[in-house]
Amino acid sequence: MKLYNISLGNIRRRKGKMLFLALGLIIGVSTIVTLLAITETMTADIEERLNQFGANIVMVPKTENLSLNYGGIDVGGVSYEVIEFDQENLARIHTIKNAKNLGVVAPKVLGQVNINEKRILLMGVIFDQELALKTWWQKKGTFPANLDEVLLGSSVASVLGLSPGDKISMGDAVFTVSGVLNPTGASEDNAVIAELGAAQTVLGKKGKITLVEISAFCRGCPISEMTLQIAEAFPNAKVTAMKQAVMSKMQSMEMFKSFSLGVSILVIGIGALLVMVTMMGSVNERTREIGIFRAIGFRQTHVMQIILLEALVLGLFGGVFGFVLGNLVAWGIIPVVIKDGVFVGINYQLGGLCLVMAAALSLLASLYPAFKAGRMDPSDALRAL
Amino acid sequence: MSQTQHLIEIQDLGKTYTSGKNLVTAIDRMDFCIDDGEFVTIMGQSGSGKSTLLSSMGALNRPTRGKVFVDSLDLYALTHEQRADFRSEYLGFIFQSFQLIPYLTVLENIKLPMAVTGRTKREQHHMAVEVIERVGLKTKSDRLPDQLSGGEQERVAIARAIVNKPPIILADEPTGNLDSETAKEIMGLLKSLNRDGHTIIMVTHNTEMEKFASRTIRVRDGNSHA
Repeated sequence: MKLYNISLGNIRRRKGKMLFLALGLIIGVSTIVTLLAITETMTADIEERLNQFGANIVMVPKTENLSLNYGGIDVGGVSYEVIEFDQENLARIHTIKNAKNLGVVAPKVLGQVNINEKRILLMGVIFDQELALKTWWQKKGTFPANLDEVLLGSSVASVLGLSPGDKISMGDAVFTVSGVLNPTGASEDNAVIAELGAAQTVLGKKGKITLVEISAFCRGCPISEMTLQIAEAFPNAKVTAMKQAVMSKMQSMEMFKSFSLGVSILVIGIGALLVMVTMMGSVNERTREIGIFRAIGFRQTHVMQIILLEALVLGLFGGVFGFVLGNLVAWGIIPVVIKDGVFVGINYQLGGLCLVMAAALSLLASLYPAFKAGRMDPSDALRAL
Repeated sequence: MSQTQHLIEIQDLGKTYTSGKNLVTAIDRMDFCIDDGEFVTIMGQSGSGKSTLLSSMGALNRPTRGKVFVDSLDLYALTHEQRADFRSEYLGFIFQSFQLIPYLTVLENIKLPMAVTGRTKREQHHMAVEVIERVGLKTKSDRLPDQLSGGEQERVAIARAIVNKPPIILADEPTGNLDSETAKEIMGLLKSLNRDGHTIIMVTHNTEMEKFASRTIRVRDGNSHA
């Protein structure tokens, strides 16, 4: 007979009572696991959605001139020569250290054309890349599928009085308007958008790129470092991280994580309190038993060991069941609370952490009750007999 | 420290409790000695102070006045933990109403006092089997207390009290919850333990039990009359 036999004997034969004692921990741990799983899924989902909203790195040719344009209003009235990139050099972008974090790379050529005696901005794009980047584009008609088709910005279509199906001449070529964009509030409202090669031919800028918009997968990616890496690969380029977009993405995610952490701490604190209160009740109920232990020669420390051993076993039990329950709840609830949300899978590292945390918490919460049990005066305890 | 040869010596013992605003005198004044190998009954009516006396002798209840010597040791000069060790080595308790641990089997209840003695598993088992055979419960070793009769539970309580081979057994109304036939069996068992060398001090209010003892100390209104 050892002290742990007494602890295990008590747990084995008073299962209902012990389950109630462990309940606080089970609820606490399962809540944390569920919250973390939901946060994980939500973070990935938010990131996915935020990443869909355009570029976060822009690469333009280096120039000494400063922009005199804000929000679409050009106050300078002076145009200047822009030195473009060579399209064949763009492949260098995929050689940077963090190339795996690169999402969409959308090169563009820009220039002006005369259409119906009006000066219009012509933008040449690779439509696959552009549409992957500008997911919010809505149109009347269709996106261009052929080299002789163009997409019009809403303002251009309005000024020129054009609709899908109409023809326009640019340079020596005739193009069909396949679609007209709904207003976006951005520069494309004022542009005719053609396939890159066709635009390069019209503008006489074969093999040239005016700017590149890049979307990076931001989950843990170092945007600043990537910006430097791209600048290193393209010494003649000015590479800018769109800090505002990045910062707001990060802030949203950080807020979610802080919220989850706060709720988790609160829940586990309540769980620990529940364990302590229930353990105190249990110790009070066992006054007679403790009196017997003390009468037959158990020291204060022996009595404390019995109580703490029980707490440890209950903590481990609570940790395991809380983890299992938390994962089950997360698996069931995620598709309900997050549209198209999918349970990310069991995190076994978290499981280990839950086990340790639950055991430690149970021991901590039981310290005072165990101390009180050990200090119980045997004569007071025996008076209860 | 006492200079006498007696196993147990009670000197000018007094005990008062505070009950609300009132001061209750459980023991007024008691003086007596008990020698090694005696079987002593402490007799008195309910409220006479006999259970308080027993718990004081068992190093469980510090007296308000006086001293308790056991084997020349001043019990209440020891620390809490020293008294716990003393109880483990010197005393075997038989409580009123058996007081077995409900979630331990018969064998586990008997082994309970050995959980803190440092004895090996083998030694513990050997000693427990020895006493379980002595009290005639070998076939019921894996039962729980609530599966036993009153007499059987009392036997388990006696086995638990003697498993560590303590020189002194303190019994508080061991036959109080038993019928007369079973009570006689239990008293016979205690008598045989006394013959084996255990000093037995038994509290009772039942005059029928006197005949089993070698001596009776009467307690009345908190005073002893040896």
